[in-house]
Amino acid sequence: MSTAVAQKRGLGAMIWDYLTTVDHKKIAHLYLVSGGLFFLIGGLEAMIIRIQLMKPDNNFISAGLYNEMITMHGTTMIFLAAMPLIFALMNAVVPLQIGARDVAFPFLNSLGFWLFLFGGLMLNVSWFTGGAPDAGWTNYAPLSTTSPGHGVDYYVMGLQISGAGTLIGGINFLVTIVNMRAPGMTYMRMPLFTWSVFVTSTLILFAFPALTVGLFLMMFDRMFGSAFFDVGLGGNVIIWEHLFWIFGHPEVYILILPLFGAFSDIFSTFSKKRLFGYSAMVFATVLIGFLGFMVWAHHMFTVGMGPIANSIFAVATMAIAVPTGIKIFNWLFTMWGGQIKMTSAMLWSIAFIPSFTIGGMTGVMLAAAAADYQYHDTYFVVGHFHYVIVGGVVFGLFAALHYWWPKMFGKVLNEKLGKLAFWPFFIGFHLTFFIQHFLGLMGMPRRYWVFMEGQGLDTGNLISTIGAFLMAIGTIIFLTNVIYTSVKEKKVSGDPWDGRSLEWSIPSPPPHYNFVQTPLVRGLDPLWVEKMDGKEGMTPAEPLGDIHMPNASILPFTISLGTFIAGFGFIYQVDDPVWLIAVFAGMGLTLGSMLTRSVKDDLGHHIHKEDLEEDIKKGAGK
Amino acid sequence: MRGWMGKFRSLFLFGALTMLLTGCGIENISALKPKGYGSELLFDLMLISIAIMIFVFVIVMAIYAFVLLRYREKKGQEHIVPKQTEGNKALEVIWTVIPIILLLVLAIPTVQATFDLADQSTQGDEGVITIDVTGNQYWWQFDYSDEEISTSQELYIPTNERVYLNMKSSDVIHSFWVPAIAGKMDTNPGENMNTMYLEAYEEGVYEGFCAELCGPSHSLMYFKVVAVSPDKYDQWVEDMKNIDPEATPETASAQEGQELFNNNCMSCHAIGGASAGVGPNLGNFGNREKIAGILEPSKENLVDWIVHPDEVKPGNSMPSELVTEEEAGKIADYLLELKHSDVGTELPVQNAEE
Repeated sequence: MSTAVAQKRGLGAMIWDYLTTVDHKKIAHLYLVSGGLFFLIGGLEAMIIRIQLMKPDNNFISAGLYNEMITMHGTTMIFLAAMPLIFALMNAVVPLQIGARDVAFPFLNSLGFWLFLFGGLMLNVSWFTGGAPDAGWTNYAPLSTTSPGHGVDYYVMGLQISGAGTLIGGINFLVTIVNMRAPGMTYMRMPLFTWSVFVTSTLILFAFPALTVGLFLMMFDRMFGSAFFDVGLGGNVIIWEHLFWIFGHPEVYILILPLFGAFSDIFSTFSKKRLFGYSAMVFATVLIGFLGFMVWAHHMFTVGMGPIANSIFAVATMAIAVPTGIKIFNWLFTMWGGQIKMTSAMLWSIAFIPSFTIGGMTGVMLAAAAADYQYHDTYFVVGHFHYVIVGGVVFGLFAALHYWWPKMFGKVLNEKLGKLAFWPFFIGFHLTFFIQHFLGLMGMPRRYWVFMEGQGLDTGNLISTIGAFLMAIGTIIFLTNVIYTSVKEKKVSGDPWDGRSLEWSIPSPPPHYNFVQTPLVRGLDPLWVEKMDGKEGMTPAEPLGDIHMPNASILPFTISLGTFIAGFGFIYQVDDPVWLIAVFAGMGLTLGSMLTRSVKDDLGHHIHKEDLEEDIKKGAGK
Repeated sequence: MRGWMGKFRSLFLFGALTMLLTGCGIENISALKPKGYGSELLFDLMLISIAIMIFVFVIVMAIYAFVLLRYREKKGQEHIVPKQTEGNKALEVIWTVIPIILLLVLAIPTVQATFDLADQSTQGDEGVITIDVTGNQYWWQFDYSDEEISTSQELYIPTNERVYLNMKSSDVIHSFWVPAIAGKMDTNPGENMNTMYLEAYEEGVYEGFCAELCGPSHSLMYFKVVAVSPDKYDQWVEDMKNIDPEATPETASAQEGQELFNNNCMSCHAIGGASAGVGPNLGNFGNREKIAGILEPSKENLVDWIVHPDEVKPGNSMPSELVTEEEAGKIADYLLELKHSDVGTELPVQNAEE
């Protein structure tokens, strides 16, 4: 047999393996790759936007295409890049941090991913079928309900499908963290990353249904002739704004909290200190999650809710600054008195503090309801939320990827290239977005396709575009690093950072079943506790025995594929009832797959003690 | 008349901040060069919040810089294990309580300003002007219902007087924003009517924007607020009331243009009077600062706009090529002759960098 054939079979087997996997570590890879690809698409859209705004009265792209660009940039970055990349981290790390062998519902985990991916693909197919959604990522009615073509239909169906995936993922992690912790891993011993994922999952559970409801109303308005948002027939357009932001505001905490958790772990590891004020940090995380639900209407100060509602939401919003401040100070004091090691992961985290603080401060300024009459829907807001989302979420993703890369792939990302990627991105980020605060106040509204000459906005926009190019350069260097590392770098041990939490007590990448024996947790930073007692690794909580693991399954893929097909049917049955065939075929595939899942016994498989002993000889024990 | 914060401006920090910020932007456009009651009140609120935020930022950055300089691991220290501090209750209390106090300092003027700007106590009083504002894709209609006149694209108001705006939209959501004299307010379709007020301190032509995404030409939906002294304002109202749409223009070309206009355009447009129909009321068109809110007022531009409106403002509802280029030239001659009131024309337009 020639090697080419062997490789081909190898590739086919690998694809099949990933299509059917229910292993949280492989699902993390899937989320990482697809989220990364969508991040690049969203980034490309951002570059097109910045090129269009490079100079006044520019005609690089048309007005209609520009609106599609901004809509897809926002939607892609939030739903298809940031969310899956966070899910990649959650999948890669949380079960390891709590000493579990998988998540609570491995099948659902896979289903969540495939729903997200097909939803995301659906959204992006719109580029090739006559135009992407163009009503902004907030999709306000009636602009969205009256938008011609099928762009907004793709928005509705794509987000509905991927949103279901996210909801499933959130529930899964909630149950995982409640039920699957190793002996001794009490709530108040969980690493901050796990804590923040716990709170985030709760937010997903309560926030996403609001979006689902909103999307259903819009779907029926656009496809089945209802009139929830049609003022001519007694509907009301403000309902959409409320539903969207009841979801949309918690969504920003869904994005940032896991990275707050990651930063906490990183600061603590690279300062060689336990997290300062652990319980205050947990309390602050929970409080941010709770308050996150009380403030949605601060996105709507100019809608005309009246001074009482505006004041209440203003004060509630300001209150969020308090727990966020607690976090910033506790991070600083974690480093205080420590031994700060400036790795790439730490560099991104260090850069996060001033960047996010600025974003938080402009957030408080925006919370001042009356002043928001000037800021609202201007570049000031654009500057603000990029400071929190890029300065917080994207910096956090880079930091966390550098930090957990060895755990996911067994190799440390090249440090030199890591730092080389950081500087252009960091400088470019501040160049791009700092000036935008001023542009907004000088009279540049958000989502403007062109700005006029003579309004004093030329220089600021040019600087902003230059910064965007620097960010693109940083991203390209990071990608180069990923390729370079996978080709050139050597494998490292399971604990390259002198880690503190459980994931560093097992090999990198971890074996299929994670822990040969479930570890016994004896305190916060369990691995550190053992290290300080002079032990090599964790003390097992159980004797060596057979391990029960779930079986792989193609059904999550087919269930999701069915919704994807049905989605097209729903969109195009408006034009031609023939498309109802796609609805029935798609739903048939989905429901049929579900039925198969229900009636077919799938009891999983066991990894036997003898095999484990073999593995231990190869080093799986630690 | 000045904002309630005026006397504190002289304080050093505020003085410096004010100087710094007011250096930004162009007069009559920028929110950082306030020229009205609302914008000044909001500018003061911005200054308070910026001052508090800078105070917090300086403290955070001081600790940050100290920590990074002092506690970086040096060569040979790799094996030192620092003391594992659990936390510090006193510190936690400090950085919880102080921010709460700072936020209260900000919350009080915020609530005051929010209620102040929502005040409608004098609306409907004798002599208080209320104007109905309607946002349309992609133009603004202003109805002075008490006077039975209406305009489009240019909102005339008297200076140093509170003018109420009742705002709604005829299609999608828009947002009315005049940064130099007030904040913004959305115009919603349907029952959700909003009210805000304007008060300009100085005469001037102020730039206005649509601030809520409303379709492809969202970024081309400019308007002007023309603030003139109360006397001039009364004169303008008088002029507008006296518009005679049947008046015969001077040149032959313009007369033909009037004929063409009446036959082709009047089903949507109006000249003078209270109603504006489907399209903008073109009263006093010859004195407008801009055509369609964006083009310089030349015959060439106007012809271009009449024949190919979709190329100028993508997605707008004026039909393309309704008349030939030649006919459009005559209509342009007619429209540019419509100079019903010269109030406000003497004001400099702050639209070029000086």
